[in-house]
Amino acid sequence: MATVAATASTTEEPIIRVRGLRNQFGTQVVHDHLDLDVRRGEIIGVVGGSGSGKSVLMRSIIGLREPDAGSVEILGVDGRSRDSEDRLHIERSTGVLFQDGALFSSLTVGENVQVPLKEHHPELPESLLYELALLKVKLAGLPPDALDKLPSQLSGGMRKRAGLARALALDPPLLFLDEPTAGLDPIGAAAFDHLTRTLQQALGLTVFLITHDLDTLYAICDRVAVLAEKRVIAVAPLAEIEAFDHPWVQEYFNGPRGRAARDSQRRSAKSI
Amino acid sequence: MTPPSHAVPNIEIDPSDATIVRLSGEWTLHYADAIGAALRDIPEQVRRLDASAVSRLDSLGVLQLLRHTARRGLGNDALRFRDDHRALVQIIEDVKDGRPKTKKNYGFVAALERLGRAVHENAREVVALVSFLGETLTKLARTVTQPRRLRLTATVFHMEQVGLDAVPLVMLLSFLVGAVIAFLGSNILADFGASIYVVELVSISFLREFAVLLTAIILAGRTASAFTAQIGSMVSREEVDAIRTLGLDPVDLLVIPRLLALVVMLPLLTFIAMLAGLLGGMVVGMSSLDIPMQAYYGRLQETMELRHFLVGMSKAPIFAVVIGLIGCLEGLQVSGTAQSVGERTTSSVVQTISLVIVFDAFAAIWFMQVGW
Repeated sequence: MATVAATASTTEEPIIRVRGLRNQFGTQVVHDHLDLDVRRGEIIGVVGGSGSGKSVLMRSIIGLREPDAGSVEILGVDGRSRDSEDRLHIERSTGVLFQDGALFSSLTVGENVQVPLKEHHPELPESLLYELALLKVKLAGLPPDALDKLPSQLSGGMRKRAGLARALALDPPLLFLDEPTAGLDPIGAAAFDHLTRTLQQALGLTVFLITHDLDTLYAICDRVAVLAEKRVIAVAPLAEIEAFDHPWVQEYFNGPRGRAARDSQRRSAKSI
Repeated sequence: MTPPSHAVPNIEIDPSDATIVRLSGEWTLHYADAIGAALRDIPEQVRRLDASAVSRLDSLGVLQLLRHTARRGLGNDALRFRDDHRALVQIIEDVKDGRPKTKKNYGFVAALERLGRAVHENAREVVALVSFLGETLTKLARTVTQPRRLRLTATVFHMEQVGLDAVPLVMLLSFLVGAVIAFLGSNILADFGASIYVVELVSISFLREFAVLLTAIILAGRTASAFTAQIGSMVSREEVDAIRTLGLDPVDLLVIPRLLALVVMLPLLTFIAMLAGLLGGMVVGMSSLDIPMQAYYGRLQETMELRHFLVGMSKAPIFAVVIGLIGCLEGLQVSGTAQSVGERTTSSVVQTISLVIVFDAFAAIWFMQVGW
């Protein structure tokens, strides 16, 4: 089904279109003339060294940071638009999982998930709100009793799942994940990858995934965008990226960790 | 932004079979209200719902349909979906099972329970405070025998923050309160032609009570809250745990410097407050009571007694300990969340101000009984 969606989407307008993006902090330029297209229905993995501006790129796309130059188009709307109608459209159609979940620490997990629902759909009755929250929490792979727990009572992995449940609250077509598997144990990370893939297919999501985790890239990403030299130097399926002639890319994918991740992916592909 | 009418969730009974209902439109969160209404309109005899003409479906739509079939006692095969909606329905069916909502209880018994918990919590806080006092005193005694444990730099730093930085505020407020007392007193005393007694009124009230009480209350608001917030955010970021694992003692490192700074600075600030209060009285006396500065000063020297000054000063270190201990203890009891830091900070200010006033009242009675 994913392949069908991917081929069908190539002719479609991209869901995110970034052109000539420039971001700088003081004199330090993070992005310069950065272009990127994200297609509808794909999982795009964004990789790059520490400090290459992966999170800044995400923040520019969702409008948390005003870019210094260039244009961002998201879901057919100008990302720099400050028109409240446009903002509402973007807010309702995107879900964001921040690095450490960014859950509201004074609310329970259930209340966290209900926050966007209550804000955008005050007409929903209490019982339905509760069931929706429960559904999202379980979709994110948490046990039902997590609903009444405070974020401080959860482990790091569970916090990420709770953050994912909140990001999914409004059934957004576009999901941003910022290092979703960082700090998780390998089993938890693999389970999270699987979860991302399952939800992406079932809910028809487009996923913008920032990661350092080579296993995640091999396991679930349709395409990979490499951020280096202040721009996206390559966007392609992983097999093509591996062969891409750039010192950083070569070191990243063909270093010992890259090779290990690739081998393990091939082994698991064979065993299936 | 009115949506096209064909997008609104709609139901239509199959013309050939009254037990089948055909659904159309967008069954999404956006139309949550319309979905609820449409489902309520479905007649009782309907046994099957055909959702294959639904143009868009999201988890709310699926959830509502599943809830509907469950309520009407229909089986899972009562629903038909479009092929590309199956994956979504499947994943929701997989995780969905009813879990009764935990009801919040607002009844009398619950109120009683909350009262009981609150009393218990207060008792626990008293015990915690007393044991914290014990711990701090023990470690202070250890610091006396092992002076290298004392963090001199931190202590001096806090002295500056607690003491020096508070001087303008303490002076201003004491000056104003001194002036107000002089005004109030003069109104009444002038009726008896005894305006000059304003000097005693201001000097005795300030030396015995107001200087130390005002200073303590200012520091309770200014310093106890700062201590709680500083230590509390350190606790929530696991810095205090790091201190412990490095073989250091949080009490040595965080509490004793702050406590010592307060114990040294609060009496000094009290002294400054006394001077500012007397000055306030003097300015009012000069400007509106026709008591020249020399007369005010002379009267002050004649009537001022050392014991008033000592009574006032003797309370300063006690208040300092109360403020320092509660401020630090509340900080150490923070439990991780941002809200907890806020709650503890509020609690520390409320507790210190209340305790300072309670102690002051007891002290006033005691000193009066003893005749000092």
